Amino acid sequence: MEPQTNSGPLKWTLITASAVFLSVFLLLPLAYIVATALRQGMDAYLAAITDKYTCKAAWLTIQATLWAVAVNTVFGIAAAWCLTKFAFRGKKIISTCIDLPVTVSPIIAGLIYLLTFGRQSFLYPYLDSWNIKIIFAVPGIVLATIFVTFPFISRELLPVLTAQGTDEEEAAALMGAGAFTIFRKVTLPHIKWALLYGVVLCTARAMGEFGAVSVLSGHLWGKTNTLPLYIELLYQGYDFTGAFAASSLLVVMAIIILALRLWLERRGSKELDIRK
Amino acid sequence: MKFRNGNKRKSIIPGFGLSFGVTITILSLVVLIPLCSLVVFASRLSPAEFLNIIMRPRVMASFWISLSTALAASLVNAVMGIILAWVLVRYEFPGKRFIDGIIELPFALPTAVAGISLTHLTTTNGWVGKVFYDLFGIRIAYSWLGITVALVFIGIPFVVRSIQPVLEKIDSQYEEAAMILGADSATTFRKVIFPEILPALISGFTLAFARCIGEYGSVVFIAGNTPYKTEIVPLLIMAELQEFDYAAATSIALAMLAIAFIILSANAILQSIASRRISGLN
Amino acid sequence: MKTRRNIFAFAALAAALALAVPASGRAAEKKDPIELTNVSYDPTRELYAAYNKLFEPHYEKLTGRKITVTQSHGGSGKQALEVANGLEADVVTLALEGDVQIVADAGLIDPGFTAEFPLDSSPYTSTIVFLVRAGNPKNIHDWNDLIRDGVGVITPNPKTSGGAMWNYLAAWRYFELQGQNDAQILESIRKLYRNVVVLDSGARGSTTSFVENKQGDVLLAWENEAFLSLKEYPGEYEIVVPSVSILCQPTVAVVDKVARKHGTADAAKEYLSYLYSEESQVIEAKNFYRPSSKKVRERFTAATGSSTIKAVPADGRWINENVHLTDIKHFGGWAKARAVHFANGAKFDSIYERR
Repeated sequence: MEPQTNSGPLKWTLITASAVFLSVFLLLPLAYIVATALRQGMDAYLAAITDKYTCKAAWLTIQATLWAVAVNTVFGIAAAWCLTKFAFRGKKIISTCIDLPVTVSPIIAGLIYLLTFGRQSFLYPYLDSWNIKIIFAVPGIVLATIFVTFPFISRELLPVLTAQGTDEEEAAALMGAGAFTIFRKVTLPHIKWALLYGVVLCTARAMGEFGAVSVLSGHLWGKTNTLPLYIELLYQGYDFTGAFAASSLLVVMAIIILALRLWLERRGSKELDIRK
Repeated sequence: MKFRNGNKRKSIIPGFGLSFGVTITILSLVVLIPLCSLVVFASRLSPAEFLNIIMRPRVMASFWISLSTALAASLVNAVMGIILAWVLVRYEFPGKRFIDGIIELPFALPTAVAGISLTHLTTTNGWVGKVFYDLFGIRIAYSWLGITVALVFIGIPFVVRSIQPVLEKIDSQYEEAAMILGADSATTFRKVIFPEILPALISGFTLAFARCIGEYGSVVFIAGNTPYKTEIVPLLIMAELQEFDYAAATSIALAMLAIAFIILSANAILQSIASRRISGLN
Repeated sequence: MKTRRNIFAFAALAAALALAVPASGRAAEKKDPIELTNVSYDPTRELYAAYNKLFEPHYEKLTGRKITVTQSHGGSGKQALEVANGLEADVVTLALEGDVQIVADAGLIDPGFTAEFPLDSSPYTSTIVFLVRAGNPKNIHDWNDLIRDGVGVITPNPKTSGGAMWNYLAAWRYFELQGQNDAQILESIRKLYRNVVVLDSGARGSTTSFVENKQGDVLLAWENEAFLSLKEYPGEYEIVVPSVSILCQPTVAVVDKVARKHGTADAAKEYLSYLYSEESQVIEAKNFYRPSSKKVRERFTAATGSSTIKAVPADGRWINENVHLTDIKHFGGWAKARAVHFANGAKFDSIYERR
């Protein structure tokens, strides 16, 4: 496993370089957040994270995240299945379009929904007459969150399904199994770990989205303020303890998610080993 | 090979209609229709007006700042990404799991939170910024460098996570063979390993680059936002929006979108060239 | 297998729960308590948090109906744009008339909104002052000190911030009163903006850059923001009142179209009228806005008009009347000021043009 055993100095140089790099860029900001959150003691911290608006913002963030995960899971499975199990024209275009949201600036993501559903859009009169609020309301936040996490799940599934090929599904189809049965019995076991990994990534990114949501939110306190937006608000309101305390909530969620990811990966590779 | 065959004849697997329908519906609703409205909106301008907006010195300057900081940050991440992936795949050391676990932190940590804490750390009286300012007279926050720092943070996971799986699959026999044949480790890396990870490196690099160009949340706090110096394109779009200048905002957005498209296509082309070269070698 | 099913079941349950909530929230809106949305600009968050606490019981006592007010704060221009774009505000309380005009231009506010409430619909006013570090190490006393070499200035971007437009116009007026002609004024302003270290997008961002991140030597700030900094960081800052400044008239208006749709027109009107009552004026003064009521204003006026204020006066008398204030009419109203100074390619842009 370790072909480079003879190059001890190189090994430790590289490990040190990695450790220093990550400490400066990742751990230091984290430490700073925790230190600032606790600057005024535990009581101030607890008061800050149990604040009415903080809780509402956290709940909205969780809601938007769950929506994004749900939609992207359905989409990811459908797109990955469709792109790997069948041959058709325009595959490359669809595949590029799926990737597009990651490369589009979050600000533009917000802007396009603003243009599509805002008052200057031709859709607006219809939406208004049915009393459907999209932008500056929860649906807009959900849409923006879906957009920024759009490819995360399908991107995890595609390589796995491509590598797996179509033989097993074809065999099952020849035996007369329906689409859902094939998916559940044949495909799902292959992709389950990749799927969960994608879900974890999607969750992580969805929780923290700021730019796109900021354009679409309207910043109504207690209504359309997500946790990242509320953190900005607290930060600008001289409430640094509050801002960093709320940030620490997200940090904790992020750490839980990362731990979950590690655990998933370990379970996944173990299961693969057994199968082999 | 089997996969290729499957591609040529009509598939017998059921469920094409459903999965294709779901894919296209959600793709249209979430991505295509909104993007089209941007194009429609921008198309109300004549090409001359569009170019006029894009060629304004302040807009050009912000494009230059966004592109140059994104490029610098992605280059840092490419180098560090190779090193990190290498360390994580090839070495055993205490704390390895931990390092592996925190790579995705920039994904999970809200960009605004990252931006605020990075700014605080790197201003001239912050934990890190003070050292740099006192020793070298370098200001990190509110400068080009500050933007780059924020973008390095944002881009860390991309390159590492692209290269890691490829590196795991490379058979160490090739390296050993190269070593036995007398190549030193630098040559082995250059001739044996680097070509293998190149496609992954390119795709990780382009993704990081594209993500960095569009980044907003973490950069606004650290940038200082001075026109011609530290004003990035997404911020300029926000500024135009706040000035009620939809034409300018959509034009700049469209130009950015075009850049994103070019980057993605470049990636696709480079990928196919690289994979052809590898299959040719095999 | 089992764990997987559990995970999926849990996810499905959680998702169902989350999806159900917005639906139930919508149904609840129809019920009795009135919901009012006030879209305001950045520095007023403490003011309206306090005012809402006063207004909600007042309204219940007056009409017998419960009311809850939702606040939204951000850069004034951005907020105006969002309302114009469909953010359903019942009332707007923005940094300047020009921004309310944006909402009116979108057809949401009936014409003549400046006459709807007393005093051009501005229940409180403010002005622009300097915030400097304790002891005033750079010896800054007036606008001409800001264009000296080596002075770091913090002000937001007038293109995105209402407060910053007032800053710019106040500086303009000072140099104008110095007898400079247009070209000379522009040159002075150019020098001023060359000294700007951080050009944030909003007033609060600038305050944070100056106060928390210790950038620059002087912050051009709303008077209320400056006093808030004195209060939050006692002993670290001083306010310097320049000889000339501008009378900032934040403007309030009922967003008629939205309020009619929500059936909240009366409540919205009462919300804004009550801003002129004595008890509200006191709250405004306590939040360092200059009240329009003469009586309240006198109660908060400082006896001595010293131009350097080192702390929030213990007796609460903070208003300094010893400053020459010019209002926007001098610049021909907001439409003209915007076109001449802040539009794309107008005077402010020319400052940043490379020569």
